[in-house]
Amino acid sequence: MSEILDYLPLLLEGAWLTLQITAGAAVLGLVCAFASGLAAVSGSRTARAVSMVYVEFFRGTSALVQLFWLFFALPLVGIRFEPIAAGIVALGLNIGSYGSEVVRGAIKAIPKTQYEATVALNMSAYRRMRSVILPQAVVSMLPPFGNLLIELLKGTSLVSIISISDLTFSAQILRSGGSDTLTVFLVVLVMYFLMAYALTLGMRALERRGAASIGRGKIPIQRDVAKLPEPV
Amino acid sequence: MDTDKLADVVHVEPPAAREMVRFDKVVKRYGDNVVLRELDFHVKPGERITLIGPSGSGKTTILRLLMTIEKADEGKIHVDGDCLTHTRRGDHDVPADEKHIRQVRKKIGMIFQQFNLFPNMKVLRNVSEAPVHCLGLSRGEAEARAIELLELVGLGTKVDAYPSQLSGGQQQRVAIARALAMQPKVLCLDEVTSALDPELVAEVLNVLRNVAASTDITMLCVTHEMKFARDVSDRVLMFDKGQIVEEAPPDKLFTQPEHQRTRTFLRAVLEEH
Amino acid sequence: MIWDWAYTWDILPELLRGLVVTVQATLVGSVVALVLGLVLALLRRSRLAVIRIVTGGFVEFVRSTPLLVQLYFLFFVLPSLGITLSGFQAGVIGLGVHYATYTSEVYRAGIEGVPRGQWEAATALNLPSSRVWRSVILPQAIPRVLPALGNYVIAMFKETPLLSAITVLEMLAAAKGIGNQTFRYLEPLTLVGLLFLLVSLPASFTVRRLERRFGH
Ligand SMILES: Nc1ncnc2c1ncn2[C@@H]1O[C@H](COP(=O)(O)OP(=O)(O)OP(=O)(O)O)[C@@H](O)[C@H]1O
Ligand SMILES: [Mg+2]
Repeated sequence: MSEILDYLPLLLEGAWLTLQITAGAAVLGLVCAFASGLAAVSGSRTARAVSMVYVEFFRGTSALVQLFWLFFALPLVGIRFEPIAAGIVALGLNIGSYGSEVVRGAIKAIPKTQYEATVALNMSAYRRMRSVILPQAVVSMLPPFGNLLIELLKGTSLVSIISISDLTFSAQILRSGGSDTLTVFLVVLVMYFLMAYALTLGMRALERRGAASIGRGKIPIQRDVAKLPEPV
Repeated sequence: MDTDKLADVVHVEPPAAREMVRFDKVVKRYGDNVVLRELDFHVKPGERITLIGPSGSGKTTILRLLMTIEKADEGKIHVDGDCLTHTRRGDHDVPADEKHIRQVRKKIGMIFQQFNLFPNMKVLRNVSEAPVHCLGLSRGEAEARAIELLELVGLGTKVDAYPSQLSGGQQQRVAIARALAMQPKVLCLDEVTSALDPELVAEVLNVLRNVAASTDITMLCVTHEMKFARDVSDRVLMFDKGQIVEEAPPDKLFTQPEHQRTRTFLRAVLEEH
Repeated sequence: MIWDWAYTWDILPELLRGLVVTVQATLVGSVVALVLGLVLALLRRSRLAVIRIVTGGFVEFVRSTPLLVQLYFLFFVLPSLGITLSGFQAGVIGLGVHYATYTSEVYRAGIEGVPRGQWEAATALNLPSSRVWRSVILPQAIPRVLPALGNYVIAMFKETPLLSAITVLEMLAAAKGIGNQTFRYLEPLTLVGLLFLLVSLPASFTVRRLERRFGH
């Protein structure tokens, strides 16, 4: 038992790095997902083609191969990443390609009649997307995004293979240092589980807010009520 | 409802041409199915037209072409003196681009069978969003006008509700306010009461009667409400297979139809009611 | 010239040998995932609450922890409990169990998608429950979920490179080995990427066609 306390600081440090890499890759992935997903539903043939190549390429190959390629192969053509940057870029691009499909699917799932209503109100394509389509589509993106976030968290363990000292790497260090490997790995698995659980709870809260924002589920306290005069 | 007030809030600009809408040999096909064949007709400023005809005769298609939701395969559509479908380049007409279409489309509004409110916006925003972004009103102006309009359609207390919290009749009245907020010269109405429970039909038709009575908006209506059509419209067009079979003022067409096709159609509709 | 073609042709056979291992691991792992997934799905419908809860907890836990750590666990930790697995064995068990938690959800959706009337009809015929499952429910549930299962087989194929971390000489390990000797990683790693695309693109395409056929 006391041994756990000895190696817990190292594991916590690893978990902290795991969370940081998850956050970095999630932000990059979100940007890629929206850029590519919007390109996929745009009117430009070129944009659609670029999006398709990106998605098919990153979904068609393995995340670890992508990471190795960025880390080992690219330096040969003069592009060099710090290990952590390589990890974030590879994982972010990878998860973004899956996210792109989520974005595209959610936008396509908005009923045609909503599009027709924006035409009848003479909205521009930008205004239609910004005011009507995206606010609704984002709500239905949240559950699949939640799943992808968990996949991403799990995927960050790959960076241990290029010697970044995340949670998985810390476990490997302790193993080779001769610690009680069974306990170490059980603790590490539980730590991943707890992180995933916390992220899931966070996403659920977001989903509830999202549902309320389109008038489903519980409606949040109405802001405008505050403007009403006080009862006398 | 206060009809004078409505006339104040919905300020429609005077017409720019003698014809508000003109269809000029318009053809629309879906694959091999020719829905409209060289359709010609026009509507005068301020005129109220009712389109009737059997299912599949192309009534909805006409309104959707006018609203630019669908594109005509051949022919031209003019609105208030401007060509909606084409622009002039040099000495011939080329299909209109998005910029031109938006310019002409300003004059047209539409109310749908299924209301098509935006579920992500509260009622107030549903009515004020397009005026802010597409007419260039300030948020304050647009909301003030939206509130006036919502009061006029009897929904002054619902500005803060989401569409999902309203009945069908209320949603459709919001949709009417939303369309009016854009100050259209032409309004297309496609079976606006057929998705409603019977007891909610009257509240929507009353609002529309007031709009007709107090504004100069040109209206093209597809409806099965024969009484409403009779009260409100100046002219009824009977369609069959994408062509006009007969047209006449409602009193004449409903009581002494000339064509056999019109007679059988009216008999079928009246029996159902 | 950055790209060395002669080198490319030299290393291709070794990479293809790695591809064979990759495919073998995917196939064996798929069998584990498809069978175990069905078992887990059935256990989650058990009449005993304990079994339902334990199975549910297991599925949730395995699904939310990294496959790589699970592979390390099987390969490095189990020996301390007296169970020693080869890299390949640990790899296919790890892949299979991890993906079984995904396929179990797929089976579950398929089973829940069988209309209630089918159960009632089977009950009316007084069939024993094992017969109901084998003759009525599963034959209807499984064809419908084949595309979803196919997608997980492809996903598993793309995760086999993780097996390189537990000494399995699959395609990525082969490429890495070549790179370590020659200090040229560009060609082997790019080839590995292309070989993955070469297999997974047609496979995904087939699954998408299946999906359309089943009317999703
Ligand atoms: N998007 C479409 N694709 C293919 N065919 C269509 C489409 N929209 C309409 N049609 C066809 O065009 C014809 C006219 O349809 P339209 O909706 O204009 O009829 P309508 O007169 O409004 O009928 P209803 O009274 O049933 O509403 C029909 O034959 C219909 O099947
Ligand atoms: Mg119609």
